[in-house]
Amino acid sequence: MKSSLTMTLPDTTSTRSGLPWRQILLGVLAVAIVVYSFTANGYVVTVIGFAAIYALFCTGLNFFMGFTGQASFGQNAFAALGGYGSAILTADYSVEPAVALVLTMGFSGLVALIVGYPTLRLRGHYLAMATFALGLITYEISINWTDLTQGYMGYSGIPPLGIGPYYADSPKAQLAVIFVLLALGVIAAARLKNSRFGRACRAIAGSELAAGALGIPVARYKLISFVIAAVYASAAGSLFAHFVGFISPEVFGTAMVVQSFTMLYLGGIGTIAGPLIGAVVVSMLPEVMRGLKDFQTVGYLLLLLAILIYAPRGLHGLLERILPDREG
Amino acid sequence: MTMLDIRDITKRFGGLVANDSIAFTVEAGQIFAVIGPNGAGKTTLFNMVAGTFPPSEGEVAFDGAVISGRSVAEIAQSGLVRTYQLVQLFKQMTVAENVMVGFHRVTTGGVFSALVRPPGVRRQEREIREKTAEILEFVGLSHRADVTADLLPYGEQRLLEVARALAAGPKLLLLDEPAAGLNTEETAELARVVRKVNENGVTIMLIEHDMGLVMQIAHRIAVLDFGRKIAEGTPEEIRAHPEVIAAYLGGTEGYDD
Ligand SMILES: Nc1ncnc2c1ncn2[C@@H]1O[C@H](COP(=O)(O)OP(=O)(O)O)[C@@H](O)[C@H]1O
Ligand SMILES: [Mg+2]
Repeated sequence: MKSSLTMTLPDTTSTRSGLPWRQILLGVLAVAIVVYSFTANGYVVTVIGFAAIYALFCTGLNFFMGFTGQASFGQNAFAALGGYGSAILTADYSVEPAVALVLTMGFSGLVALIVGYPTLRLRGHYLAMATFALGLITYEISINWTDLTQGYMGYSGIPPLGIGPYYADSPKAQLAVIFVLLALGVIAAARLKNSRFGRACRAIAGSELAAGALGIPVARYKLISFVIAAVYASAAGSLFAHFVGFISPEVFGTAMVVQSFTMLYLGGIGTIAGPLIGAVVVSMLPEVMRGLKDFQTVGYLLLLLAILIYAPRGLHGLLERILPDREG
Repeated sequence: MTMLDIRDITKRFGGLVANDSIAFTVEAGQIFAVIGPNGAGKTTLFNMVAGTFPPSEGEVAFDGAVISGRSVAEIAQSGLVRTYQLVQLFKQMTVAENVMVGFHRVTTGGVFSALVRPPGVRRQEREIREKTAEILEFVGLSHRADVTADLLPYGEQRLLEVARALAAGPKLLLLDEPAAGLNTEETAELARVVRKVNENGVTIMLIEHDMGLVMQIAHRIAVLDFGRKIAEGTPEEIRAHPEVIAAYLGGTEGYDD
């Protein structure tokens, strides 16, 4: 077994040539989606907008789950904080949407810090359960604290994104803002990934023992990466609120957890491009499968199963096999 | 100069005395080996030195300061770095990235510097890359730099663990059975690397099953048996020590591999 692996190892010294085709392909696809979305009709704009917002959410979740190797089933809580925070601040208190976005990101980060401090000392299933509970608690609050959230009725009249005299007054303008913020989020994630901090997080995912023995403060770094994921989730929640102009508890319910997990695993967890691919593909699937009518959900789940079985590292992993890295 | 001073440490697991009042010192520049049959308490001793758990009694001083009671990360920060009996690589990272993580202790920077990338951080990243290439060259893994650690053959995984530990710039390197599971060739390669590391000024304490390896590279050896230190001395002295011979060298108990 071991010797056969040795035989099939790529000889990395002799193949340092050629273009990074995978990156080029993904870049072209991204540009194509952006261009297409600005020429498309309102419905397509909405679907792509949701995909981009989810991509931002998943990029953050991926940092905690993919890179640091922890599990959180309650990231929807921070999306709810961002969404409701932005809604309340902008609609009721006339705070600038951009300012509200940053304020709620800070607040969500703080909540993650306070909640994560005791929670992240738990391991495995306990951590997962604790985070799941966090999502449920936030959901219950958003239903029952009607003075603040208007409960099941939902919160409407949320203004579009903007700052000062400039605001995104059309869905396409909003989409442009979302794309810019997503791009910033992805660049930030890529920079984090390839830094002293990001490498330490990925080391924790590999072996907490060895990471600790190399002087990495394991508990603290887990906490920081939980906070990072929460800040991303919060931003995604805020963007959703502004994009749609209306939020209700269901928007940030447990379905969000299922949806984002599907995106992560289908796209390829633990990579920068994976969450983006997952967000786009999963958002498109219901549209593509509309022809299946009643069997739509079945077709969707079968496809998911097939990918999880035959491409355990997701679509990005599949792509990596077809177009491997030429250079390290 | 004394690098490590183990002062009568005892470890009890319930009724079992895994380490019974063990004492010895490791001098700077030495390769110090701890040998003994399976279950003798060698890994337990390492765990107390590295801070995985505190001794039930006694204390350990490293580089002049008592370290017992400190956490593994704190002890690592002060320059005592260990490897594990079971390989603990960062499997999803490349060989080069594994070594880069090793530099954590001797570099700085968190989230902010990762996002902003000020010139100092860029320079540090460049240095990390250069030194990583040097270390990989040193242990003979340059050709594997971009391979995922997971895919390395076992012998190279062991070498990578040593390479990663070296990146942390240890004053004292603890190796727990580094040659376990290696074939003769791989063991010889490992011995060569360990000796080279030592010649570069790193003090080494290792646990080893492979007597050939120990006799060949160790300056000094302590022998554990049933949690007690039964002998200590140079390889020649250990080879001639009656109790050691009785305990297992010439006895029927032997080694499991
Ligand atoms: N964490 C632990 N809890 C209970 N018993 C342990 C623990 N670690 C080691 N032991 C026991 O202590 C004894 C010494 O083990 P160990 O130090 O691993 O021996 P060695 O490394 O020399 O083979 C063994 O009997 C082992 O079962
Ligand atoms: Mg052992």
